Amino acid sequence: MDGQIVKVKNKRGVRVIPGFGLSMGVTVAMLGVFVLIPLASVFIRAGQLSLREFVDVVTSRQVVSGYIVSFSCAFFAAVVNTVFGLLLAWVLVRYDFPGKMFMNGIIELPFALPTAVAGISLTYLYSDKGWLGAAFDKIGIEIAYTRVGITIAMIFVGIPFVVRTVQPVLEKLDRQYEEAAYMLGAGRGYTFLRVILPELFPAVLAGFGLAFARGIGEYGSVVFIAGNIPYETQIAPLLIMTKLEQYKYADATAIALVLLIISFVLMLLINSVQIYMQKFCKD
Amino acid sequence: MSKKQEKTFQQDMVGDGVHSIQKVIEPHQQEPNRIVKYAMIGVSVLFLFVMLVIPLAVVLVNALSEGWAAYQEAVMDSYTINALQLTFLATVSSVAVNTVFGLFAAYLLSKFYFRGRQVFAALIDIPFSISPVIAGLAFILTFGNIGWMGDFLKAHNIKIVFAVPGVILATIFVTFPFVFRELFPVMNAQGKDEEEAAALMGANGFTIFRRITFPHIKWALLYGIVLCAARAMGEFGAVSVISGHLRGKTNTLPLHVEILYNEFNTTASFAVSSILVLMAMVILILRSLIERKK
Repeated sequence: MDGQIVKVKNKRGVRVIPGFGLSMGVTVAMLGVFVLIPLASVFIRAGQLSLREFVDVVTSRQVVSGYIVSFSCAFFAAVVNTVFGLLLAWVLVRYDFPGKMFMNGIIELPFALPTAVAGISLTYLYSDKGWLGAAFDKIGIEIAYTRVGITIAMIFVGIPFVVRTVQPVLEKLDRQYEEAAYMLGAGRGYTFLRVILPELFPAVLAGFGLAFARGIGEYGSVVFIAGNIPYETQIAPLLIMTKLEQYKYADATAIALVLLIISFVLMLLINSVQIYMQKFCKD
Repeated sequence: MSKKQEKTFQQDMVGDGVHSIQKVIEPHQQEPNRIVKYAMIGVSVLFLFVMLVIPLAVVLVNALSEGWAAYQEAVMDSYTINALQLTFLATVSSVAVNTVFGLFAAYLLSKFYFRGRQVFAALIDIPFSISPVIAGLAFILTFGNIGWMGDFLKAHNIKIVFAVPGVILATIFVTFPFVFRELFPVMNAQGKDEEEAAALMGANGFTIFRRITFPHIKWALLYGIVLCAARAMGEFGAVSVISGHLRGKTNTLPLHVEILYNEFNTTASFAVSSILVLMAMVILILRSLIERKK
């Protein structure tokens, strides 16, 4: 009998490290109080909406255009960030040049700089009075208060994501395979496309997803440069804000619910890519 | 193959194969290699310059555009000082909560194996993937007048929404995963053998943590704290929803920047922004210093 009990315990692993109960308790309690309970309120409130109400809100012209603006701008911003993120990661890992330390450090700036500061600075810069805006204004391109402006703000906040997901993978990448490809006569571009890029792809995808999700949710840096012209440059988070200011809590909740579901789906995708990545790396 | 290369090749045949092969190939690749290299560095530098350095310069130039006296006036304004104090309070609170949570959660998920660890990790990450505006909305729907705790709070005369506690809670929400995210990979990679050995030799929980776990994670912890502080001091969306913009009461520094900007007081708003830029610079420098220690 004794032997059997020990056997069962061994199968699950005997816990000899103390503190399981305490850390479980603290983790669950804090996670619950600060994150899960407030978030549950959104779903509870959403549950009180009738389906008709919900559909009416999220299919109204203003809200649909808000989603379109948010998604299209966040998508383009994420694409730009993927291209430049890949380039930056490559330059930082493979090349040595003066000022590399500085470059590596400044990439983190969008994380450290408050979004409101970035927002007013970009708005000023790209308005028709600003340094860059004036130049574009001369050739007839408006940037501030258009969707181009929104995309630029989203690029700003998303810069670090692709760089920081690709960089560690590129650092660990075994150069043997590239060398083998060169040896077998592959050109530089071909080697990159067929040998290096497939290895980096999951990391690139994860970075893209993170930058995209960040763009959709971003408020502070975008709200100033957007100008908030109805049906033109109103982003979805701004619509939530506007509804709240009008005390239309049901409308705000309905708009938020759609965004929440989309972020959860995105997160699920990113997580599965990362889990796949870990397995891939272990093999 | 030129004669010179052939010679190098033959000489190197005595050495290891890989090196000799590289030596033959390199002369061919030098030329395009350099052009590609400098083009790529050039494009990267240009991108970062336009996207990051110029916006920073805009803040500083505009902050000082009406002279030093105007700058000082905006920065030393009593509303600015109040906002700075609230930002400081919210940052310290969220760093404290984050540190406690991060340590316990990372310890739990890296030193014990149980079902549902993945679920925990996913739940902790939620605040990263949610719009800050929705975070603010969540607190209004919980603690506001229409929230399910609204009546209870009103009866006990506790104000959370449109008050300082709401600002702090919103800041905690958006920064919640930071310390955990830095600690978990380090603790997970370290494994649990050392802790198990210590426990079997009779050390108690606190001793194990202090003597075994902590020395491994101190730099990661500091790194997480720096990132958390950076996000906390700059949080705008969530705080904007829940603060109610009461000047001198629930205004944080980023909200103060917004108010000044919307009042067309551009110079003052850039002056206040420059405080935040300075803080961001300090954070970036700390970050790179700690990263090198790690």
